[in-house]
Formats: sequence, structure tokens, C-alpha cells
Amino acid sequence: MKHENWRGFNVGKWQESIDVRNFIQENYKEYTGDDRFLAGATDRTSALMKKVQSLFALERQYGGVLDIDTVNVSSLTSYAPGYIDKGNEIIVGMQTNRPLKRGVNPFGGMRMVRQACEAYGYKLSDTVEQEFRFRTTHNDGVFRVYTDEMRAARKCHVITGLPDAYGRGRIIGDYRRVALYGVDRLIEEKELDKASLAGDVFTADRIKLDEELFQQIKFLGYLKEMAKMYGFDISQPAADTREAVQWTYFAYLAAIKEQNGAAMSLGRVSTFFDIYIERDLAEGKLTEAEAQEIIDDFVMKLRIARHLRTPEYNELFGGDPMWITEAVGGMGEDGRTLVTKSSFRILNTLYTLGSSPEPNLTVLWSTSLPEPFKRYCAKVSADTDSIQYENDDVMRPIYGDDYAIACCVSAMKVGKQMQFFGARCNLAKLLLIAINGGYDTTSGIHIGPQMEPIKGDKLNFDEVYNRYNLYISWLSELYVNTMNVIHYMHDKYAYEKIQMALHDTDVHRFMAFGIAGLSVAADSLSAIKFADVKPVCDEKGYIVGFETEGDFPKYGNDDDRVDLIAKELTHTVITELRKTPTYRNAEHTLSVLTITSNVMYGKNTGATPDGRKAGEPFAPGANPMHNREENGALASLNSVAKLSYDDCRDGISNTFSITPEALGRDEDERITNLVSILDGYFAKKAHHINVNVLNRETLQKAYEDPEAYPNLTIRVSGYAVNFNKLSREQQREVISRTFHEVI
Amino acid sequence: MSGGVLGRVHSVQSMGTLDGPGVRFVVFLQGCNLRCKCCHNPDTWDITGGAEFSADQIVQKAERFREYFGEKGGITISGGEPLLQAEFCAEVFKKCHEKGINTCLDTSGSVMNDKVKALIDLTDRVLLDVKYTDGASYRENVGCGIEKPLEFLDYLNKKGIATTIRQVIIPTKNDNAENMARLKKIVENHAVVDKVELLPFKKICQVKYDNMGITFPFGDIPEPTPDQMAKLNNMMK
Repeated sequence: MKHENWRGFNVGKWQESIDVRNFIQENYKEYTGDDRFLAGATDRTSALMKKVQSLFALERQYGGVLDIDTVNVSSLTSYAPGYIDKGNEIIVGMQTNRPLKRGVNPFGGMRMVRQACEAYGYKLSDTVEQEFRFRTTHNDGVFRVYTDEMRAARKCHVITGLPDAYGRGRIIGDYRRVALYGVDRLIEEKELDKASLAGDVFTADRIKLDEELFQQIKFLGYLKEMAKMYGFDISQPAADTREAVQWTYFAYLAAIKEQNGAAMSLGRVSTFFDIYIERDLAEGKLTEAEAQEIIDDFVMKLRIARHLRTPEYNELFGGDPMWITEAVGGMGEDGRTLVTKSSFRILNTLYTLGSSPEPNLTVLWSTSLPEPFKRYCAKVSADTDSIQYENDDVMRPIYGDDYAIACCVSAMKVGKQMQFFGARCNLAKLLLIAINGGYDTTSGIHIGPQMEPIKGDKLNFDEVYNRYNLYISWLSELYVNTMNVIHYMHDKYAYEKIQMALHDTDVHRFMAFGIAGLSVAADSLSAIKFADVKPVCDEKGYIVGFETEGDFPKYGNDDDRVDLIAKELTHTVITELRKTPTYRNAEHTLSVLTITSNVMYGKNTGATPDGRKAGEPFAPGANPMHNREENGALASLNSVAKLSYDDCRDGISNTFSITPEALGRDEDERITNLVSILDGYFAKKAHHINVNVLNRETLQKAYEDPEAYPNLTIRVSGYAVNFNKLSREQQREVISRTFHEVI
Repeated sequence: MSGGVLGRVHSVQSMGTLDGPGVRFVVFLQGCNLRCKCCHNPDTWDITGGAEFSADQIVQKAERFREYFGEKGGITISGGEPLLQAEFCAEVFKKCHEKGINTCLDTSGSVMNDKVKALIDLTDRVLLDVKYTDGASYRENVGCGIEKPLEFLDYLNKKGIATTIRQVIIPTKNDNAENMARLKKIVENHAVVDKVELLPFKKICQVKYDNMGITFPFGDIPEPTPDQMAKLNNMMK
């Protein structure tokens, strides 16, 4: 197949079937040089960004939400076109008819939408209330089937954050397909897929797929219509850089208009864009400044993307993140790097537009990356605290070289794999429930196998550990079944039509489970094993506290005695999860990631044998508990690196904060040392790291005077936030974390 | 445990970025022969403190971090005064070299004997703390003569051991042009010196003195300002 807009591209099998990876491999130009070619922001970009900044300020003044359209239900074509400054935008498209105005999306659940409107002084319109009176939402469906035990697990917070009242997200459409092929070709292919089902027996699975394809095709039609409203015909392939970026953005925009998913990640677009930029540069149609301008404008659009969520949700996740994650860099399977000049350009937006939590720029790190790119990344980290790193050398053998990251740490092949998101269970709380024989002292709920609390003056490791494993086994089965209910209903009532239209029809599914409180659980088990832990009972005989005497090895010191307990826990959990079959035969995966909810998990968990007091925050993700390390930062990294990615295929998140002074004496040293640390950590087969290079004092000042630091960005577990969008409690927790300082 | 001599170790730091080139595993040894008034590690003075480790144990620990060392990093032995345990240090460095780990010694240069000479032969770089550049200040604030560190430097020069000269800048004590001129001269006279680091005097160690119930002799001296440091650094160019 040929198309005039593919002029100058190398031919390949990408022309015959939908295969963006092949197009990239045949056409991209690797770049191994440094950042000196980069252009700064143009006057137009700066002026437009100024407008965006003033909109952000206004949004803050309005308590976090600027405006809500309570009448129209958000979808691809429900709003008139919106602009920041129509004449001066290079890439166009808004979620609603005005920037930062939020739409309502009740398909996940009505209650969330109603509460969110009310919290910000609005009332959901009667029109929408009426329209959804006779509709079933995802949330309705789930609660029709939830068992008492599932409800109890939710209520006592041993499993939390489940996507049963909101959009599940964590699905990445291959938005690039729209630019490369145009929508008409994508429709054609989907129609062929649908037709090919013709001979099959009409099983439930087949009928479901058939109907999904119908919906996908219909929404591809809406996508064209949506673009037309902005004056673009996207039925054909993009003809130049601006169109390629615009087409891709339209596809992403359609996804976030249709779905209020928890994480709405972007994928891996920069090297794809680079091919168009290189062609335009070669044809003399584009300058470097113009290329940067297009990327800047695109990123600006991503920065103003918003979803309407309740204040409770925002409090849990620190502001209202969308996790617009873009995977940058990495290596190709043939040994060439996938770093292009556009990998630099997209990171450069942190300078041209200033630092920012979104998009969630994620560098796929390989020890083989070109040295100048490594150094540039380290510089950007030190300057902006806005990027995170994930181990390409660990992921590439599993996902190939065209995968991306959903949310924070979830890898998937773009357009070929998706996941059923499953939040996380609280391993520290589960340990307490096990010790108390199926009773949660915090909520007063009986749950799980019922037996006597453990007796005796001193906890015996083997007894506790065996019992803990029994409860892990019980919870795992419950967790899988709960997830099966959720995702059955989400597919049924809130299916992601446009995102799945941008996947292969034969898609591989993951079911992503998660754990919180790993370091607390590991240290608690270590205390029981190596020190004397005396349980303290209440009048009813339940254990509500512990007196721990003697020293014990603590996770975060590169000490196998406890690190291997943590590792084994993750192995036990995933092994137990795998015993229960999943909806649509999804592949079980596990993450060690809390996002900012480590504060909330801690709040809902009683005192633990490691000495952590009741209500005290957990460490985030796979981090060691704060201030328990004795041998410095690398020992702490080594402990985390011992967790196996094979057990935790949905990612292992670690957040690393260091003062500039502790990283080296001058900028050059700091960059060199940060590169060495990243190389070392990833050579140890670790999976992920957030890097913050800042002083505790800066955070303290921002805590005391938020207005003076409107754009202070910091990395938390798996993503970045505006420091002043965190709750006061979260801010305090971040300030109290271990900072690796000069001693 | 290997048969070699044991070392008394105060602590280890897995991520050292300030004591030698690159990312380094830093071993702080216990015990010091000097009593500098500016000392920021009074807790390392007592030669009987710390915990005993064999050279093998230390090298095994260091090896846990070799992935992070990059091209420049490695191990640094600091203190206390490592030269008091020269034999142990030499054993550690020898084993490091067998494993291809770069070695760095952070010292005052106040001890010289055959064991120290053997250690120097196994050292890739010395961080030599030239505390003051005139005999009177040195004697007043360190408690001994300046000759030993200067002889130590002469020896390094003779042996061709890469050397970084360090000096803690203490306002009213050595933050003056005369001192800088003398320091510059010392550097110029020794070809092995390829780097000079002026380190701002810090008082964060006050709490250690408080905990030990002793007086921090320089507790009343202010820390130098960044401007002051920049000015002095300029003088060294």
C-alpha cells in the first residue's frame, strides 16, 4: 500500500499492516550527540505559556477547579471547540469548550461525579441526572455483584483504591496510528477483523468481541468528526510534523474526552515524531526552533488536561494527576539506541515551558544509552526534579522495544497489550489481621479465616510467618475475584472504545495487582525474627501494640537477612494470586507502588512490630522506611534492587531524594555521579527510580509559603506532583523522608 | 575470617561523592593522632572505639557497590587517621587492586614509616589535608609541626602518586591571601598535585561535641560564606 503523505519514508511491512514499530525501525535516525542543538522557547511559546500560567493561578484561586460543565456528558463530540488563544496555537484541541473547564463523565459511577460537582460548588444538572437514571454505570454493576466479604475488605482498607467507582485507566491507545495511517485505514482494518469473526461459534467471548469491534469502529468515526470540528480532516495519514503531532494529539484527546481513567498515559511518541521532523528538516520546511515550538505546544496541551475528581481522590493522589506518561529513550532490539533529537526536545520542554509534573516524562534507561543523553537526563533531573527512570535493560527482553509505561511503572507493548488496573492491598495491615486471627483492630471488622489471636509473651517467627502466609493465600483469592468483578463490569458499562480501537484486536491483557507496606511488613517480620517482640493486648485479648526489644536488621541497609524477607513476600503474593483464574485470562502481575497513598495506608494501619506507631505513614512504594538506613544511599538502593522484576512485573517503585551538595561539589561532578548511580542501580537489575535533587529547606519553605513556590515539582512514588497540590499531611510526610545528605 | 590484621572501623558510607573522584565507598577508620580544633569527627578520635573488621570483610562490602563506581569511582579510606592502621589499609587496597577497584586515601599525612610507604604504593590517589600553610598556625590549631605533611607530600611527589590537596577554610584562621599564596606555592612545587579543594568549615558537628560532653574549640567561628569561598577559590587559579 502507498500513500502520497508517506513520501520519502523507507518502505516496510508497516505499509501492509498496522505496525508502528516497524515504521519507526525502518525510518528513525538515532542521535548520539549532546543537547547543544536545542532551541529555546520562541516569543509565541512564551506568551502562550504565560496565559496558561495565569489560568493555573486562577484555577488555584478557585480552589483547584476552575469551572465544570455540568450539563454535557463528556465524549468526543459533546463540546464546541475550545482554545487558549486561537490565533496563536499550533496544536489545537480542548477537552471541553474552554481550557481547564472540566467535563462530567458518569460512566464510571454517578456518586463520584455528583460529589465532585458539589465539592466545588456546582450541582450536576438535571439533564445528566435524568439521562443516567435508567442507565447502569460501572459502579452500579460492581456493587450488584460484590459479596459481603469483598465489601468488608474494602471497608477495613485491607484492599483499597480499587477502580470500582471510577474509570480504571492504565490503558494506552497507540495514538500514533492515527498519524501514520489516518482514521479511514484504521476503520478498514477493524472492519476486516470484525468480518473475520464470521465463521466462529457464537460463544459469549466471541459475541462480546464482536460488539466491542462495533463500538471501536463507531468511535473511530466520532474521532474524525471531533477533528472536523477543529477544521481538520484526519481520515488520511499526516503529511508533515505539525499534522503528525496534531493527529496523535487528537487521538489522545478523544481518549481523555471519553474516559476519566485513573491514569491516562500517552505512550512513546517522541521518537515517532522525530521521523516527521527529520523529513521536514531535510525538505527545508522546518527549522529547529519551529520543531521545538510544535513539541512545546503539544506538551502545553498535555499540561492543561484535567479530569473532574472528588477532593478525597485528589487528596489521596496529591493534586489531580492524569499520569500522562511518555516513555523516552531506551535501546532498540538491534542495538541502536532509540534516542533521537526529539527525545531531547521533549525533555527540553522542562526548560522552554518550566518544570512540571505532567506529562510524566519517563526515561527508559539502559547502561548502553549514549553518554551525552545520560548526562542530559541527569542535568534535567538535577535542575527540575521532574523526570523518572525505568530500566530498559530489564523490560526490553520482555516487552521488546516499542513498549510504554502506563501510570507510573506499568510496562506494556504499545497497542498490543493492556492492563486491568487493580490498586493495591495493604500487606502491613494483613500481618496485623493475621496476628489477631482475622480481626482488624483499626476498623473493628472481622475478616478472613477466624481463629484465636496469637498467644504468648513473645511472638514466634515461624508461628507468625506460617499464619501470615495463610492469610496472604486467603486475601489473594479474594483480591483476584474482586478484580474479576470490577473488570467484567468496566468492560460491560464503561468500555474504552477509542483506546481499544487503537489496539490490535487480539490484545494481551494483564491484571495488575499491587501491594503497599512492603518495608513495614519486612521490618516487622525481621523484628520478630531477630529481636524480642512482645505483644500488647487490649481488654478483649486483641493485640493492639508491640514492645520490641533489641536490634534487628532493617530493609534499606543491603542486609540479606531482611531484604530477602521482602523479596520472598512479593514472591509469595504473586504465586498465591496466580492460583485464582482471571477475567478474560489476563496475566497476573504485581506492583510495589503506593503513589502518595502511603500516607493514607499508614493512617488506617495500627502499630506494627517494627516500631512504627499506629497511624504513622508507610514509606512510599518499595522504599525502605524513613531514617532506618545506616550505610548511606547506595545500600538502600541495593536493598530495593533485590526485589525481583519477575515477581513484580507491574513495577517496583523507588523514590530517591538527595541534596545537591551530597551529589558532588559542582554541576559537572553532580551530573557524572548521578549517571554513575543510575548506571549502577540499573546494572543491579532494579526497575524504577524517581530522582529528586533538592534540599529539605526548600520544601520547608514551600510548606510555609506555598504561593512563593507555585511550580515546585517533586517526584513522589511513580510520578511527579506540584508540591503545593499535596495535602498538608502529605507535605509533612515528604519533608520527613530520608534525604541523602552530606554527613 | 582471613588471617590478616584487623582494622578498627568507625562507619562506612555506601555513597561517597565528596571524598575522591566519582562515586565511592568510604570507610571511616577509628582513631586519630591529631586533635585539630576544627575537627568535624571527634567521635573517630578514640583508637579503642569502633568495630573490628577484616580486610576481606571491607572489600566484600565495597564490591557490593562496584556497579555504581563508573569510570572514576572506587574505595576511599578516611578517618580518623588511616595512617595509624597503615597495614590494614594496605591489605584492603591490595585486595581492591586485585579486583580492579580504584583506591583513594584521605589523610593528614602526619605519619611516615615503612608500613605507610607500603600503603602509598597501593594508593591510586591521596587526598592530603594541608590544614594550614604556616608552622605557627599548624602548631597552634593541630598540635604538631607542619613538617610531616610537607614531607609526606614530597614523598608522594617522588613516587608520582596523584594527589588532591584539600584545605578546610576557617574564617579568621586561614581565609587570607597570604595563606592562599603559600598554598598555591605548595601546589606548584609538587607536580603530582592535580587538584585543589577548598572546603568550607562546617559546624554541623557541634552536636557530636555536645553528645561527647566536650567543647568544640572552633564553636564560635562562623562558617565562611559562598562569596568568600568563591573569592578564595579564585585566588587559587
